[in-house]
Amino acid sequence: MGLDVYTVLNDFPALGQLVHGHYPLVYLDNAATTLKPRQVMDAMNQYYRVDTGNIHRGVHQLSQHATEKYEKTRTTVQRFIQAESPDNIVFTSGTTASINMVAQGYVRKRLSPGDEILITHMEHHANIVPWQMLCEQTGAVLKVAPIDDEGNVLLEAYEHLLTDRTRFVSVGYVSNALGTVNPIDAMIALAHARGVAVLVDAAQAVATLPVDVKALDCDFLAFSGHKLYGPTGVGVLYGKAEALAEMDPVFGGGDMILSVTFEKTLYNRIPARFEAGTPPIAEVIGLGAAIDYVTEIGMAHVASHERGLMQDAQEALQAIPGVRIIGTSPDKAGIVSFVMDGAHPHDIGTILDSLGVAIRAGHHCAQPVMQRFGIAATARVSFGLYNTQADVDHLIAAVNKVREIFA
Amino acid sequence: MNMTDELYQEVILDHNRHARNYHAMTDATHTAEGYNPLCGDHYQVHLKLNDQGVIESLAFEGEGCAISKASLSIMTDALKGKTADEAKALFEAFHDLVTGQAPSKDSDKSLGKLAVFGGVCKFPSRIKCATLGWHALMGALNQSQGRVSTE
Ligand SMILES: Cc1ncc(COP(=O)(O)O)c(C=O)c1O
Repeated sequence: MGLDVYTVLNDFPALGQLVHGHYPLVYLDNAATTLKPRQVMDAMNQYYRVDTGNIHRGVHQLSQHATEKYEKTRTTVQRFIQAESPDNIVFTSGTTASINMVAQGYVRKRLSPGDEILITHMEHHANIVPWQMLCEQTGAVLKVAPIDDEGNVLLEAYEHLLTDRTRFVSVGYVSNALGTVNPIDAMIALAHARGVAVLVDAAQAVATLPVDVKALDCDFLAFSGHKLYGPTGVGVLYGKAEALAEMDPVFGGGDMILSVTFEKTLYNRIPARFEAGTPPIAEVIGLGAAIDYVTEIGMAHVASHERGLMQDAQEALQAIPGVRIIGTSPDKAGIVSFVMDGAHPHDIGTILDSLGVAIRAGHHCAQPVMQRFGIAATARVSFGLYNTQADVDHLIAAVNKVREIFA
Repeated sequence: MNMTDELYQEVILDHNRHARNYHAMTDATHTAEGYNPLCGDHYQVHLKLNDQGVIESLAFEGEGCAISKASLSIMTDALKGKTADEAKALFEAFHDLVTGQAPSKDSDKSLGKLAVFGGVCKFPSRIKCATLGWHALMGALNQSQGRVSTE
């Protein structure tokens, strides 16, 4: 049994709307953020309507209910990514916060001038800039593994860039700009063979593939709730127990301490140590509901559904004269980036929007990828679990309309 | 007329396909750059200002979307023979047009061909495209010599 997309459509209230008055929304910008199912909104509503309370500090029932639900999500996340224990799960505000936390709390103290951090040429800015900042602070050097014309990491070059100065590797699992699914297990194994720890940026991956941190053996993994049918403002940092034990908290404050005197403060246990201050409680609860939702469908089903749509869309787009696909790796998730002769991606995006088709046009926060392919921007289509074959047809009709206008 | 037809009027499409004044200028007195990091649109605007403060000629180079390119093409046509002050006044009228402010009576007349950008105000994400070249031009006029970069 696969994913019956017509039964899930009703779960997403945003899908029912008309764009510009009369075009039913065709939402193909899922790599930017996904729409949210009713179940997520209901769970968040329940917190605000009934269970509003701060967590970990109340004797009253509301606080206890809120704490239970917040901590239950930790277990939900643990199972979702096959982590060993809920203690491996730290809630953050998103992928960006998770990566910065590792950069400053774990990697920084290991760096001397001339040490190296390795990333790839297809990273999102969120997995470039925190490392550049760290290099600035420490005198370390950022190394970049090259990619080929299809958008694959060149594994041999990657291996050569792992030197005795390499202190950390941070790589994206699925590229948001190209759709490439990286051979992440091989990349992690190569780094580990040299004793180098690895962070996986799974912002795109968790929404489009089954992710298993034990099988990957990554040291850290980061993702955001809002790309996984959950709310904005919440994300996850997974860390191996040893890795989290060696990480310093970046933020200090309430909830992350056991005791405070002016002479000495004792930090709380892990993972509470990394969650200073009142966290996004409603959002964490919403993330739990989102993961329950996709788990019930099954990530393997979501993956094959989106891949099918991606392949159909890619083939149909390729057949349109003047269209060039950017990112043609044989191993791709549900993302198609393309450019078109005579029509700038921005114009493509505007015309598609006027027909109800929502896509992204721009550099996708991955300017080095654009530079690699010698372009300023692409138009990007990205699928979600609720997209249908009819959505692909609407997309292709709209792109043909662009061609008519710009021919 | 539907929304996109209003934006992508034939005049705009034509100027995008066959941009006017689209070349380098060796004897420019002023040059400035227009860059929109969000979409990568990137242009150089050149102009030659004579001793009387009249813009004798204009040209531009670079790449970007249809709206930005057509806007530069039409702008460089429209400003030939105008003084710097007249150019500034025209920019104000153009800015009002594309941001959807009520035009004053006489600005409507003075806009001439620039009026084809009247559809832009319905596309808030595209206003920057229409004004990119103008910002660069204003940057060029405001400098004595050399280069400025505008967002
Ligand atoms: C691959 C990748 N990494 C990181 C991020 C950053 O995620 P967020 O903005 O939710 O922190 C994104 C989001 O676009 C992404 O696609």
